[in-house]
Amino acid sequence: MSSRDRILARLRTSRPAQPLPLPELDAHYAPRARNESTPERVARFRTGIENFHAEVHLAGEGDWPAVLARLCAEKGVGSLMYGADTVAGRKLDPAAFAGTVLRPWAGSIEDIKADLFHRTDAGFTQTLGAIAETGTLILWPSEAEPRTLSLVPPIHFALLDARNIHATFYDAIRAGHWADGLPTNALLITGPSKTADIQQTLAYGAHGPKELIVIVINAEGAVQ
Amino acid sequence: MSSPSNGPALPARTYPKRPAAVYFYATCLVDLFVPEAGMDAITLLEREGIRVIFPEGQSCCGQPAFSSGFPDEARKVAASQLDLFPEDYPIVVPSGSCAGMIRWHWEKIFADDPTLHARAAAVAARTFELAEFLLHVVGFQRRDEGEPIAVTLHTSCSARREMGTHLVGRELLARLGNVTLAHHDHESECCGFGGSFSLKHPDISTAMVSDKVAALKATGAREVVTADCGCLLNITKRAEKEDLDAGRAQPSLPGEHLATFLLRRTGGQVAERS
Amino acid sequence: MSAQPNIRGGDTRPIAFVSAQALRERMHEAVNDPHLRTSFRGAMDFLMAKRAAQFPDESELASLRTQSEGIRQYSLSKLPELLEQLEANLTRNGVQVHWAADPDEANAIMLGIARRHSAKTIVKGKSMVSEEIEFNHAMEAAGVEALESDMGEYIVQLAGEKPSHIIMPAIHKTKEQIARLFADKVPGVDYTDNVDALIQIGRQVLREKFEHADIGLSGVNFAVAETGTLCLVENEGNGRMCTTVPRVHMAITGIEKVVEKLEHVAPLFSILTRSATGQAVTTYFNMISGPRKPDEKDGPEEVHLILLDNGRSQAYADEQLRKTLQCIRCGACMNHCPVYTRIGGHAYGTTYPGPIGKIVSPHMMGLAQTHLLPTVSTLCGACGEVCPVKIPIPELLVRLRGEAQSAPHANPAMVGQGAGYSALASFVWRTWARIYARPANYRLFSWLASRFRMFAPSRQSGWTAARTPLKPAPRRLRDRVRDRR
Repeated sequence: MSSRDRILARLRTSRPAQPLPLPELDAHYAPRARNESTPERVARFRTGIENFHAEVHLAGEGDWPAVLARLCAEKGVGSLMYGADTVAGRKLDPAAFAGTVLRPWAGSIEDIKADLFHRTDAGFTQTLGAIAETGTLILWPSEAEPRTLSLVPPIHFALLDARNIHATFYDAIRAGHWADGLPTNALLITGPSKTADIQQTLAYGAHGPKELIVIVINAEGAVQ
Repeated sequence: MSSPSNGPALPARTYPKRPAAVYFYATCLVDLFVPEAGMDAITLLEREGIRVIFPEGQSCCGQPAFSSGFPDEARKVAASQLDLFPEDYPIVVPSGSCAGMIRWHWEKIFADDPTLHARAAAVAARTFELAEFLLHVVGFQRRDEGEPIAVTLHTSCSARREMGTHLVGRELLARLGNVTLAHHDHESECCGFGGSFSLKHPDISTAMVSDKVAALKATGAREVVTADCGCLLNITKRAEKEDLDAGRAQPSLPGEHLATFLLRRTGGQVAERS
Repeated sequence: MSAQPNIRGGDTRPIAFVSAQALRERMHEAVNDPHLRTSFRGAMDFLMAKRAAQFPDESELASLRTQSEGIRQYSLSKLPELLEQLEANLTRNGVQVHWAADPDEANAIMLGIARRHSAKTIVKGKSMVSEEIEFNHAMEAAGVEALESDMGEYIVQLAGEKPSHIIMPAIHKTKEQIARLFADKVPGVDYTDNVDALIQIGRQVLREKFEHADIGLSGVNFAVAETGTLCLVENEGNGRMCTTVPRVHMAITGIEKVVEKLEHVAPLFSILTRSATGQAVTTYFNMISGPRKPDEKDGPEEVHLILLDNGRSQAYADEQLRKTLQCIRCGACMNHCPVYTRIGGHAYGTTYPGPIGKIVSPHMMGLAQTHLLPTVSTLCGACGEVCPVKIPIPELLVRLRGEAQSAPHANPAMVGQGAGYSALASFVWRTWARIYARPANYRLFSWLASRFRMFAPSRQSGWTAARTPLKPAPRRLRDRVRDRR
């Protein structure tokens, strides 16, 4: 008998005859799924993620690439890696970036590891949405937009459509029918990487990005 | 400095109307070591016009054995106590931990015996810690006849977390016009008694009670008041030892049971100290 | 920085958790270490305040605890089915699932994977289960480097120590001690006690490792049966590095960590981070549902999950002890424990210190080694009060005291039942019950105690170590009540 079978057999002999009742999660979350306008939701998201040391910039649907270019220039980003074959990626025009080299992700990570780790100042990704309650970004990396773009470079730029901000994580899971199919890797990201492992002193830039910069579009009415 | 915790959310308890009589379940510690606290509690209740019945057969709620991991012995002792309360009067206990034992753990130790379990449950339902009984059933409200004084309050962990009566002690003290309550650092933290814990692990117990005594003293309060004699003995005997070691003649941290303090402040005649 | 730090500083002795039987000496040492006392008190106060600030609304906390407890109990009530569902969905997703009865089997499985890939270096995200099985020691013995990458874990590994807290492993160390450690052990580093600078040193050293490691290892916070998903909670990004960059990812977890539905992780994640470090949310919540797909550009090519029993099925078999398995490893019980605050995490000698350690370690290690642990508690209830999934820790401590001290009998609920049995203690309690259960006996006993109070000893076991002796009153309450009538 394998360990698997022994463990399962032992559990089966002792588990309750009937499963216990499932808790009523809707009852807990219903009062928290606030009926708020997009600007209100953006404001809550913004407060949340700024508390976690992220920067938030509002932009128009048409001019966000220019905002990104400006922010890259301000932060002295020499090279920005991104997924070219995405809705957002297709809107980035290298000519619009003065002083920043746009580098579309090419090949697999094994081909570009050294570049990614040592010669890339920033990564750019889209987001699936966000969570207002905690100020959290939702990322579903894909073949066009690999996972390490939001992890390895010291700066992570993320593009968020304000219409995709949910009240809570629970609402995001339910509204998006996540249980029907998740990507190989899904992420919630709230701020740049950090640690308080030395004497409870908070320090940013632990192993992941040192800066997280969010550009929010379609946030009409939200305070700039 | 940690702020006083408001403690856990225990289910709200419904309290009976003021009864004609109560059973007084003194606890073994009060009977043998702090009888004056028991006397003062009885006087307090009688002064409110409540007849106090002291069941002669009472010994112990069984908690020492129960929490030491000897449930059979606890069951034997607790079973011997089930007959002591024949009338439907409330049972008043001047200790949060013994009240907690009766209220929550008797049912558990008799879980396998439906008859005893039902009787234990009936007893548990009418068991009250003294302070909550004074506040919620008696509606204790007497004029404070004492001099202005600052005291500090230690609430036992059982009172706080099993009986939810930590706010009750504060409220009773607040009803005394001349008494100021000084909150102490880490007020919600255990004093380090823990019954057999204090004997089995004296190092840690000493560290905890020393910290507690220091925090209580740091308030500058004249005395410490508590509704649990286990904590009272632990804290005051530690303070006495510190006084002894430092050669102090005057006690640096006198303490008394809440019943004694309430009675004395409101013009009652407190029992002779033993 | 390209130099490879020698993480053991030349000391090649295996690092292992010490026997819990030496508990008394270590507790004595710990409680009398003023530095340790001050630093733990400060750290625990900080964590308690941070947690409290996360729950300003008591009704929301009450509701969230009820939901969280309900999810954990529901999941456990279907545990065998959920484990099979998890296995089936993970397998469908391309994850290889392994089962291990004990630490040796788990280590053998992972060493097998490492050998198959000729792995030289395994870079580790934070995993208490890997500590539980002494993974690093097993890999080292087999010539594979296992390097901790969580900053706290990296620090304790560098120091040749073990974590003293399940969430903040290096909480027992000051920044000056860490500064000295880095200067001594990391080549090319000068002494600095600037925290940001120290973190940047760790970042540089470990990035090199992430880039080149053959295998990444992680724990699992929640495993979702319906989707076949492994969820990881972290702040530093090292967990993502370990599970994303190396070609192979091994995850190890206890069999109790499974939940049925993805939506179940929402409340558990929320109450976990708020209870643990007082954060509304952690920086990363990493949901892994499979290895890299053919057209994907990164992520591990192989993902393995090792499901470890190691005593958990023993706890599961008993309805009361099963509640131990509700734990989501937030550490709030230790942050609020007055005993943990006094002695710190190392004194326990177990992987999991503090209140949760006292109730879970006996299942992992047997009561013979751990029977003292449940006695190191005043039963103050602070742990149960803050537990996000409402584990009745004090009740379980009492139960374990009973299991340890009762006379050995057939069909015990636990390995090592009766290991703390003492004929003398049993006799004392039997005698006590004979006295207290019979009114006449008690009256006589208490009368004698009161009458001969002058013979009360001046030295009373541990009591008089710090207190004046207890002496019965000259007249018992019952005497005074009778006299008054």
